[in-house]
Amino acid sequence: MSSSIPPERFRALFEPRGVLVAGVSNHPAKFGFVALHNLLTQGYEGQVFGTNLEGGEVLGIPMVRSVDELPADAEIDLVFVCTPASTNEELLRACAARGVTAAFVTSAGYAEAGDDGRRAEGRLVALADELGILLAGPNGQGVVSTPVGLCAQIVAPYPPRGAIAIASQSGNFVSSFQNYARAAGVGVSRAVSAGNAAAVGVPDYLEYFATDAETRVSLVYVEGIVDGRAFFDRAREVARSKPLVVLKGGTTESGRRAAASHTGALAADDAVFDGMCRQANITRAASVEAAFDAAAAFATQPLPRGPRVAVVTTAGGWGVVTADTIARSELELLALPDDLRAAIDERLPPRWSRNNPIDLAGGETRDTIPELLDLVTRHPEVDAVVYLGVGIQSNQARLLRDGRFWPNESLERIVAYHERQDARFAQAAADVSEATGKPVLTATELAVADPDNAGPRAVRATGRYCFPSAQRAVDALEHLWRYSRHRIRRGLA
Amino acid sequence: MSRTLSEPESKALLASYGIPCVAERIVSDAGAAAAAASELGYPVVVKLAGGAITHKTERGLVRLDLATAEEVTAAATELLAAARPEDGEVSVLVAPMIRGIRELIVGVHRDPQFGACVMVGIGGVLAEAIADVAFRLAPISDIDAEEMIADLAGQALLGSVRGQAAADMTSLVGVLRALSRLADERDDVVSIDVNPLLLDMHGAPIALDALVETAA
Repeated sequence: MSSSIPPERFRALFEPRGVLVAGVSNHPAKFGFVALHNLLTQGYEGQVFGTNLEGGEVLGIPMVRSVDELPADAEIDLVFVCTPASTNEELLRACAARGVTAAFVTSAGYAEAGDDGRRAEGRLVALADELGILLAGPNGQGVVSTPVGLCAQIVAPYPPRGAIAIASQSGNFVSSFQNYARAAGVGVSRAVSAGNAAAVGVPDYLEYFATDAETRVSLVYVEGIVDGRAFFDRAREVARSKPLVVLKGGTTESGRRAAASHTGALAADDAVFDGMCRQANITRAASVEAAFDAAAAFATQPLPRGPRVAVVTTAGGWGVVTADTIARSELELLALPDDLRAAIDERLPPRWSRNNPIDLAGGETRDTIPELLDLVTRHPEVDAVVYLGVGIQSNQARLLRDGRFWPNESLERIVAYHERQDARFAQAAADVSEATGKPVLTATELAVADPDNAGPRAVRATGRYCFPSAQRAVDALEHLWRYSRHRIRRGLA
Repeated sequence: MSRTLSEPESKALLASYGIPCVAERIVSDAGAAAAAASELGYPVVVKLAGGAITHKTERGLVRLDLATAEEVTAAATELLAAARPEDGEVSVLVAPMIRGIRELIVGVHRDPQFGACVMVGIGGVLAEAIADVAFRLAPISDIDAEEMIADLAGQALLGSVRGQAAADMTSLVGVLRALSRLADERDDVVSIDVNPLLLDMHGAPIALDALVETAA
């Protein structure tokens, strides 16, 4: 399992020309129905076929009783297996005879189900190997590939298209990450639940993602790691080409040997795993949200070249708390350079903070925020910007809309103005980030409190992630900086 | 099964990899201990050493800051009397008392999942309770070593503090690299503890005590 699988073999799994669902059911509660339904409803343009024992038609797709009855000209790369474990070996043989080169096996009853299951899994792996079939699962939730509209899964939601690739040892975390992706509007390229990972494990998927042009960052959930050293070697190579965010469940069974050595005793818990991640430049996230935040930041922001952060805020308190968070991190709150202070003085009345955080203190006029974001981000001593306050004007717009004086022509005019302004601010943040290659992170609780607010909506429209809090933005930015610093120190960036 | 090397054997192995260890004499009786102390210069440390002795401090087998021949003779006599049958062959170790207030711990551990790894942490008798440590998998580069040192929460100890110079990072990195090399080249070494690795007043690291465990 530690030798690499050539990336072209994953094409059949993630970009199949056609898909066969084996074990289609008529019953909308069964996996065999759901899998076919999902495959037919998210824009997949390849041919779709199904087998079931009764024949007939399900969701407009004619069913065949066995693989041999499929049309002779059918071009099928992937079989999505919802049949009982006992029938799968015969199924794989028949599929291989029809040119199928990948199987996603959802069936349970394998290694997770005791000794007999373990033996059956061993046979399935050997058979797939002999037949030249890339075997995903068994006991997996499914596979998603947004560039081709492939939604071959049985539980999780379908995410928007994007640059995050997900591999998980738990199907439910695929679901969690895809739910976050939907809410955030920061999309997914590929997603796969590794299931029992009998033949293809998380490191194999990661190596594919590293070569995948649709993917900018990988996001994985792991529990048990079979061969830690091989994981380290392979993950380090992957992280060299693209960021890799890891959420790890369970504490490693490190050597809590009853040894004479203090070092051994201190190696207990996951201190070794943590050090391994630092060494391999794996971004280790502390929670599910932090994992998604980091992945979304990598997917939508350039990497910082240094630790110096400027905070631009429309309100004092937000800036103070954000500065505190930066102080506790490996980032630095930039001491405001004199020339930048002078330049801001020209644009704001004297009550602004005159330091970093750059608190506008309500002194802004129509064009101040876009101008300031541009000015601050372009300053050579600024490595990254956190912008707080987008959506605040649209908050008032919402009150006007919802109030009893609505509709009213003058209210409508001001509402449109507020919403247009917030959209401009979001756009300005994205534009200057693009122009300078520096990260500019936007954070507001409106991203979750009122996702339809024009501010977060406009941030999403720029393709960026609107962080739900400044704390989470700073945490994610710290991950970007650590990743970048690791590369800079080693001459890789 | 594994066995532990005596403190002098452990230090000899570490020294052969270039890890600075305190100069010391191994003697078998109290008179010779006093003679060794005069040669090394006072004050000195006297310890009971033996291949089967692992936790000296816990057993009261370390006497610090002895300033005269009389003190050394008395300490050596008491330590030899404190030896237990299970300690096997024992000897008395005499070493100069190195001045320094900052204790680190460094070591090697073979993790069942990740193999040989190198550790650095805040050391001393409370090392396990403090548990401020960082690991990397061997082999490590200079940059890896620098970064693992930077991972420690107790950074203030490494700066200049209470009249003591800032830690000599080049030497500290050298110690970690040496442990990495040792772990790589010596498959039979199961674990290494260097505790304390003292930072002297000039910030230079020096191993005051060490324990190497080898496959029997």
